Amino acid sequence: MTTITVTETPLLLHTLRLADSALVLAQRLSEWCGHAPMLEEDLALANIALDLLGQARALYGYAAEVEGAGRDEDAIAFLRDAPQFRNLLLVEQPNGDFAQTILRQFLFSAFMHPYWSAGAASRDGTLAAIAAKAEKEAAYHVRHSGEWVIRLGDGTDESHARILAALDELWPYTGEMFEVDAIDRVMIDAGIAPDPLFVRAAWDATVDRTLTEATLARPAAGWMQSGGRRGAHSEHLGHLLAPMQHLQRAYPGARW
Amino acid sequence: MDPATLRQRAMEAAGAVVDPEMPVLTIADLGVLRDARVAPDGAVEVDITPTYSGCPAMALITAQVEAALRAAGLPSPRVRTVLHPAWTTDWMTDAGRDRLRAHGIAPPPPRASRRSWFGADEPVPCPRCGSAATEKLSEFGSTACKALWRCTACHEPFDHFKCL
Repeated sequence: MTTITVTETPLLLHTLRLADSALVLAQRLSEWCGHAPMLEEDLALANIALDLLGQARALYGYAAEVEGAGRDEDAIAFLRDAPQFRNLLLVEQPNGDFAQTILRQFLFSAFMHPYWSAGAASRDGTLAAIAAKAEKEAAYHVRHSGEWVIRLGDGTDESHARILAALDELWPYTGEMFEVDAIDRVMIDAGIAPDPLFVRAAWDATVDRTLTEATLARPAAGWMQSGGRRGAHSEHLGHLLAPMQHLQRAYPGARW
Repeated sequence: MDPATLRQRAMEAAGAVVDPEMPVLTIADLGVLRDARVAPDGAVEVDITPTYSGCPAMALITAQVEAALRAAGLPSPRVRTVLHPAWTTDWMTDAGRDRLRAHGIAPPPPRASRRSWFGADEPVPCPRCGSAATEKLSEFGSTACKALWRCTACHEPFDHFKCL
């Protein structure tokens, strides 16, 4: 069993946080492939997963370059254990029903769209280029998931109850997106990372407008979950990584 | 051969490679082919850029460009993937848009950079009958770059190359 440990400089940790969230959500969405409620949605979820996987690959490739230890994107994605993953707790939450999956996507994409938009002005040229492309993809993701949130919330009693349950379940995971620790501060001050404080207004506006149209009340501000970005994960992450990493762990260096 | 001739030959050879998912378009039509040069070590270097972050065709395009360069007599070619500036549908040539339409795929509207993301969709004319009476069936289609639409005049479904 090969396990690697990446030496996390501020730039590397920042890049891994973005990459890990994209990869973990891509993997979650891929679980729907062949199981979505209708063909169009099956394609949509797989397409969104593919966009996120592409973003993750570009970010891992850059992380490998920054680390300069001769590793590639695959090594960083497949050979780290769960406590070394830096993704948001939100994206590792189980798919639940379709309402929970689509709400998780909406809450995440409504943040990432303005985040990438601001990130396109990063002083780091590679991160800026990745952000410029990801912003447009995220725009499709937030629009698609937002339309579903409205349809489910303002739909039948059953669909309303389900999206409401999803909102109660997932809301405590939204606070982590806006956290700024010492590493984030270094990256923000260097002009490399956007300040999530400035993304907050755009996220609030998108969420409030969508929830209102969906006839859903915004949950009260309250206690928020935290930990994913420093490696303290829910029990769900290990179960997600096991099938994803199995092949590279069992057959190190295997290639197609 | 002098560097300028080598570069031109590389651009022509690489530019003739077709997109594996939309073989009516070359990578020059798409704007995926960015540039070519002779590197200090004498090798010919070609830059390509992905359309979507997760475009699964990039590995195959890279292999096909290398093969095309070798076939054109350019030794030890290198293909680099560049991310900056980010590709948008504005990079697609007019000839490429015409070929897409002739193939039954509605091309992306021009001026992607000025598009509003959250307003109503701009009308997409049917690539078969030209009618503007069309509707979106699904934002996501058979490949990452396409959405599924339907014409309510001639009743044909069609792919629309999404604006990015």
